[in-house]
Amino acid sequence: MTAKTSNPAWAVLRTEFRLFLREPGALFWVMAFPPILFVILGLIPAFREPAQELGGARVIDLYAPIAILLSAIMASVQAMPTVLSAYREQRVLRRYATTPAKSWHLLTAQFVLHAGAIAVGTALVLVIGRLAFDVKLPGALVPYLLLLVLAVCSALTIGGLISALSRSSKATAAVGSAVFIALMFTSGVWFPVQTMPGIMGTIVESTPLGAAARGMDQAALGDWPDLRLILVLLAWTVGLGALATRYFKWQ
Amino acid sequence: MAIIEVRGLRKTYGDVVAVDHIDLDVGEGEIFGILGPNGAGKTTTVESIAGLTRPTAGTVSVAGIDPYLDRVAATSMIGVQLQQAGLQGKLTVKEALELFASFYDDPADGLELAEQLGLGDKRDAYYSALSGGQQQRLAIALALVGRPRVALLDELTTGLDPASRRNVWKLVEAARDQGTTIVLVSHLMPEVQRLCDRIALIDRGRVAALDTPAGLVASSSAPTVMSFTPDAPVDLERLRALEGVAEVRQRAERLEVVADDAAVLAVLDLLSRSDVRPEKLRVTQSTLDEAYLSLVAGSENEEAPA
Repeated sequence: MTAKTSNPAWAVLRTEFRLFLREPGALFWVMAFPPILFVILGLIPAFREPAQELGGARVIDLYAPIAILLSAIMASVQAMPTVLSAYREQRVLRRYATTPAKSWHLLTAQFVLHAGAIAVGTALVLVIGRLAFDVKLPGALVPYLLLLVLAVCSALTIGGLISALSRSSKATAAVGSAVFIALMFTSGVWFPVQTMPGIMGTIVESTPLGAAARGMDQAALGDWPDLRLILVLLAWTVGLGALATRYFKWQ
Repeated sequence: MAIIEVRGLRKTYGDVVAVDHIDLDVGEGEIFGILGPNGAGKTTTVESIAGLTRPTAGTVSVAGIDPYLDRVAATSMIGVQLQQAGLQGKLTVKEALELFASFYDDPADGLELAEQLGLGDKRDAYYSALSGGQQQRLAIALALVGRPRVALLDELTTGLDPASRRNVWKLVEAARDQGTTIVLVSHLMPEVQRLCDRIALIDRGRVAALDTPAGLVASSSAPTVMSFTPDAPVDLERLRALEGVAEVRQRAERLEVVADDAAVLAVLDLLSRSDVRPEKLRVTQSTLDEAYLSLVAGSENEEAPA
């Protein structure tokens, strides 16, 4: 007998990667749209001027982490849950459960690929920001990436939870869109978290994307972000992850 | 030697009893058919053998392992075609076959299987672009591509055209000749009669009969079919009242009487006393169809016919 050509988990990941490349819509919204939005904002002259109410920062500086989080939101609550729900609805998960590959290989592959797409979106925003608008690379790179990873994990678990709790692809799309708006707001797409007044800012900073936006901004300026923000992200990721695992229906 | 052993299998979903009590032994290298009306528990039985469903009671063993508990061993030696299962929409036929082949130690040539099933020109088509019958044939190819020790095929050729059906039959026989034990669920009597070494007839969650196709026909209470064109009107009720007559049907000008051997003479006797000549008389052995219907007659009245 010849040896297996590959480990099933890898074979599934390779296949899912090919399929991922066949979804130009998802690829656009996750990898291209956030950098494009970032460029459009950067083309507004006022956004490239230091602003007094932002402590001398420029609006475009604030929007680098926001554009990156936008990519994470697009991938997590728009693109991925749709795929997972379709796999459940069309009984793909069930089909793989009968083979040496497992249903969870498909789910893991989806998490990995969407995380990878977010990484591409992130890299594009950082490079464009540096080259086109003189946005400094994050001052404290390690905490910046740590927060980003936590933000991506929490966003993906939110996506996982959406597909876990909704019964059909249609429901997933509807719930995903609602959550999408909420996450965009808390990540500061409309008003950066730093500019939100008093109690509103505090509330938004205790949401996963709000905490990530605030913390990434602090890290961009070269500081370690508040421990509170990191704990908020960790708590959301662990809590939502546990719920998603608990409630995910395989069939 | 039995490669599949099912003992006292029972599966309930809440108050619904899907499988009441089933014992089965399937020998290595056998093609074993499972027949029965809708809702009789066929799919649940197959899913239990595949290890997808946990029995409420009883045990299932495939080559000595519990397929529900030992998933690694079970999935590497059992190929499955499920009634309800799909693939990723944008996966091509060729990619699906290659992916599934890569899961197994000694796979068959997937493209050759596709060719034999008439999917050769569809190798680059997306799964979502295939017709229902093509998806079904691909599912059969995927169930067999790993050269499994056991292949479970649920609703083997339901919905396929006669030519595709024959291709599938050949493939199933070829897989058996290479050592694969096959369990198939089917509603098509000619299919079961041609392919299966033995048949279990499942009715209301129990094995109602278990025999070779010929044995089932012979054990039927009405193994004979008479058909003739009466030259004068016949009182059908009097025919039906004869002992051993199971069924009397009017087919255009011909009459069909399903009966046991002893009743054949009684029918002829009655006809001659009534001065009716049975023209173009044919007396044939009844088919598996007839045997099936007489064996599950009780439940057919309560449930949709299979």
